Formats: sequence, C-alpha cells, structure tokens
Amino acid sequence: MLDFVQQLVSGIALGCVYGLIALGFVLVYKATEVVNFAQGDLMMLGGFFAFTFIGMLGLNYWLGFAGAVICMALFGMLAERVVVRPILGYPQFSIIMATIGLGYFLRSIVGMIWGTDDFKIETPFSHGVLRIGSLVLAYDKLSVIAATVILCTLLYLFFNRTTLGTAMRASSENMLAAYYMGIPVKRVVSIVWAISAAVATAAGVLLAPITFIHSNVGLVLGLKAFPAAVLGGFGSIPGAVVGGVLIGVIESMAGFYLPQGWKDVAPYLVLLVVLLLKPEGLFGVHTRKKV
Amino acid sequence: MRFLFKTDYEDDIRLFPHSGYVVSYGVLLAILAIAPFVLSSYLVSQLVFVCIYATVGVGLMILTGFTGQASLGHAAFLAIGAYTAAYLQQFNVPFPVYFLAAGLLTGVVGALVGFPALRLQGIYLVIATISFAFIVEEVLARWESVTHGNEGMRVKTIQLLGTTVSRDSPGFYFLCLGFLILTILGTLNLLRSPTGRAFVAIRDSETAARSMGVNVSLYKVKSFAISAAITGFAGVLFAHKLSFISPEMFTLQLSIEFIIVILIGGTFSLHGAVLGAIFLVMIDPFLTYLKDDMPGIIAGIAATFGAGKDTAMRIKDSAAAIASANGLKGAIYGLIIVLFVLFEPLGLYGRWLKIKLFFQLFPLYKRATFKRQKIYVKSERNR
Repeated sequence: MLDFVQQLVSGIALGCVYGLIALGFVLVYKATEVVNFAQGDLMMLGGFFAFTFIGMLGLNYWLGFAGAVICMALFGMLAERVVVRPILGYPQFSIIMATIGLGYFLRSIVGMIWGTDDFKIETPFSHGVLRIGSLVLAYDKLSVIAATVILCTLLYLFFNRTTLGTAMRASSENMLAAYYMGIPVKRVVSIVWAISAAVATAAGVLLAPITFIHSNVGLVLGLKAFPAAVLGGFGSIPGAVVGGVLIGVIESMAGFYLPQGWKDVAPYLVLLVVLLLKPEGLFGVHTRKKV
Repeated sequence: MRFLFKTDYEDDIRLFPHSGYVVSYGVLLAILAIAPFVLSSYLVSQLVFVCIYATVGVGLMILTGFTGQASLGHAAFLAIGAYTAAYLQQFNVPFPVYFLAAGLLTGVVGALVGFPALRLQGIYLVIATISFAFIVEEVLARWESVTHGNEGMRVKTIQLLGTTVSRDSPGFYFLCLGFLILTILGTLNLLRSPTGRAFVAIRDSETAARSMGVNVSLYKVKSFAISAAITGFAGVLFAHKLSFISPEMFTLQLSIEFIIVILIGGTFSLHGAVLGAIFLVMIDPFLTYLKDDMPGIIAGIAATFGAGKDTAMRIKDSAAAIASANGLKGAIYGLIIVLFVLFEPLGLYGRWLKIKLFFQLFPLYKRATFKRQKIYVKSERNR
C-alpha cells in the first residue's frame, strides 16, 4: 500500500511537470489555434538562462529565476515576431513545421553555446524531504506541485476573468472577427507567446533539480506533454494539468507494476485510446459540422 | 510560350502533355543511367539514398500533399518494411517475395492506422501518428525474439535472378532508381484516376467532398494504406543499403526528415518529393565540404581584403571551430525549415515554376501571381 501511495505521489509530481509544459501548449493553442512544438525547447532554454544567472553569475535563486522568466518572456515575443507572425493566417501545418524548425535550431544552438553536458542549479528545494508518517516526499517535487497549482489557478482566472483573457479567447475563436471587433490580434498573440515562454521557464527552473538541464531535455519532456494536453482536451487550462497528472501517474504506475518497456509506451497508448474514444479530450468542447 | 489545345479528356489527363516532356525526361533518364559509371562511389551511394528518400517522399506526398493528412510517423512504416525484410530473409525467402510481403504488410498496418485516424484532424492527427511511431519503435526494441531488440539485425545482400546485388554496386542503384520511377509513374496514374481525384477533393474541403458523394473514410484509409505500402517498399531498400538495422534508426528525427523532404521540395507536386530528397541528402556532403574547405576560403577572402597574416590565421581557426561545432547540422536543419516555411512555402519546385514563368512572361511577370491567400483560421473546434 505504501508503495502504491509513494508511486502515486511521485507520479503526481512528474505529472505536474508535464502539466506545466502542457499549460504552455494550451495557452498558445487557446489564443491562436497554433500548436507550438518548440514549447519543450523554450523550457530548456529557460533552464539554461536560469543556470547562467544562478550557476555562472552567482545571483540569488529568486533573482535569477525572475531574470530568466523576464528574458524568456522577451524571447518568446521575439520568436513570435520572427517565426510565427509572418505566417499567421496560413494553414496550421506550416506553423507546426516552423515551430519544429525553431525547436531544432534552439536545441543545437544551446548545445553549441553551453555544451552538451548535464547542468545543475542549486535551489532552496534541492535538498531535504518532508515526512508524513512513513511517506517520504522530496521538497523539489513538492515545489513543482505547488507551482503547478498556483500557475494553473492564476492562468485560469486570467483567461476567464480579465479583458485580455477574453480578447485571447475571441481571437482564437475567429481571428478575422476579432480584428473587426477592435482586438489588436497581433499584440494579443505576442503577449500569449510571452506568457507561455514564461510558464515554460518556470517549469524548466523548477525541474532543474529533478532532471538536470541539458539540451535535449525539452524534446523528451515536450513529447510527453502532448498526451497530457490531448488528454485534457487541448484548449482547457485545468484540463492540461489534470491530463498531465493522469499521464504522470500512469507512467509511474506502469514503471512500477508492469514489465520493463511499458513505462515509455503507456502514455502514448493511453493517448491513442483517448483519441479513439473521445477525441475532444476530457475537458474539451466538441461540436461537429454535419453534412 | 507554348499553348496546349486540349480537345478531349484524353488530352487533359496525358502523363506527357507534349513532346518537350519526353525529350527532357529522356535526357534526365540518360544522365541517371550513366551516372554510376561516371561519378565517385560516394556520390553514387548518396544517389541511392536520394532514390530511397524520394520514394518515401512520394508516399508521404500522396498522404500529406494530396489527401491533406499530415503524418509524423512515417519512420515507423519504413521500420516495418525494413524489419519484415530482415526477418523473412532469415528463412531464405527470395527477394521478390519478401519485397512484396514487406510492402503488403506495411500497407495493412497503414490501413489499420488509417481507421483510428478517420476521426482526427490537423494537430490531433499529427500527435496520433507520433504516438504510433513511438509505440512501433518501442515494440521493435522489446520484441527480441523477432527483432533482436537493440542489438539490431544484419541484412544480407540481395539475391536476384541467381546473381548477387551488393549494396554498393551499380545494380543496386538501378534497382532503387527503377523502383522510384515505377512508384512515380504509378502515383501519377493513381492521381489522374477517380481515387486520386477523391484524395485531392478531400484535401481541398472534406465537407465539399462529402457533399459530392465521396466516401471520405474509405479514401482516407486507402490513402494511408498506399502511402504506408510505398514507404514499406522503400524500407526494404533502406535496410539493404544500410545492411544493418536497429530501432534507434527509426526515430521521430527520421519522420521529421521525411516531412522536410516534401516541405522543401514543395507539397503540391511529385517533383517536390524528388527535389526535396536531393536537397536533404546532399546536405551531408555539403557540410563535410564546409568543414574541410570553408575556413581556408574565408581566410583567403580576409587576406585579400587586407587582413594581416595573423588575423587571417585567427579568422581561419574560428571559422573552423564554427564549422566543426557539434550541433551545426541541427541548427542548419532548423534554419532551413523555418526559412522555407517563411519565404518559400511552395518549396524548390515552386521556385522553379516561378523562374520558368518569369522567362515565359518576360517582362510581364508579377510576384503577386504566387501570393498566398491568408485564410485567417476560424476555430477548429467549430469546423
């Protein structure tokens, strides 16, 4: 039983990581109906910025964290301006390919600048564990869970309660109509990219004590975050986190109870089953045009 | 400029609309026929890869370019073809038999993937195909009694008509080239048949196609099956060319490379698949060239512009450092994808058409002829 709870908790922590990355997917998707395949790589780049500020320049952890988030928000805007804006309004597939290209580019540039070793950041959560009875929880994992809950709530409120959030939803629904209603769609898209890059950075920094920082971390985790986003219904902020947690729990349970090899496949099997039975995901809204 | 007067439907669907086509493709064929006897063995080997990638490109083009169904899982189909060949070879099955078996099996698997894909569109389809590829990759690594897991499998040379066709011989090159030409002709034929018309109708508007009585599900599954089968055939040739296969060769990276092939070539014509394959395969020799010769050339240029000997040497060293940096290939890949999507969405073949039209219409060519129409996305959720 204890094993089960322990696996459950570590699965939830892992799932929150997927959830955080999936949040980035969902944000961009919600506002622009574009899927950003470079999301994981933005996370990786954020981690490297934080490493530069904290590990190399010796800044305070929180200061370095904030610096990395701000830098990455600006970088997100830049990436949007250079790569996405010129093809906004063209078929989705072009934008997907462009973000795949961006991901490739970031990965190898980071490899060239920082090298391909594993890096580590000293964080306030790096050491120490919380004991509840005989249950052992590491602080680094707890910090990820806490951050996910906070970020998810904030973003949910932002999208549903603020004017900017409503504008984002409107431009996702119908970009042209949003233009006509006086919404500055371009600025909205650029803000959304800034936010999603900032969220990705938060994920990257919180993850640093758990997975370390190396140039491929984004690819691996980003691909795991897809099932999470799809499971949650690709347009729903709480859905992303719930999907992430489900995937994380499934993965860690499969790793513990099933033979070797299932761990890596289980999330994708679940994804395929979900796509087959309920393509709109758990929280998605689905309306179909009948002919 | 030549004006073609078409008087009946037969004229309209001709594979070679006028004699110019016969002449130019005949010349191309002649050049390709003498290539292995003229070029170095390294370049011939690259040409074989061009043929294999182009075959996969044609397969992917049917699915993505003409039916409008994106797939990032074609490496898995290639793997299934390759492994079927390697597995059947152990039982001394002759080449033609296992070649056909590999294609058939991959086609069946493709159809099986096509069924679930019926309900999916756009991004969901991309993600589903990625998941499929991951699962296949993992199965290949774990199903050790058949695939030998991560140790990989050796692939023996082809025995055809009592002779041995080694992987570096001109014979193998002609085999790949011949199969590519057959595939292209077959595909062209398919595209002018009702099936091909249905594919294009589905690409342009699924709703409209359904209204016109096209059985969308049937044709989508057909498209998946044909595309997968062609990729499976290419997989057999791929396995023979490499003579050793293991699961880590068929990763997402390879699927992305295939998409790059058709994206760079141009997703609206079969020419694109071939041009894209040439471009992608020739990046490697180009990078080697960059590594070896570029630093010297850059230093030479710097020297002619009055840089001192020391400065020139320093420039040469830093250029060499950049050229031999680890991730250079990835960076160039990424840059190429982004630049093509942004500035040349019609790909290399589109550029060729533009150049051709420029000379045909000179001086009346307008850039706006090829301007893309913005179709500001409406929500997919309401489609």
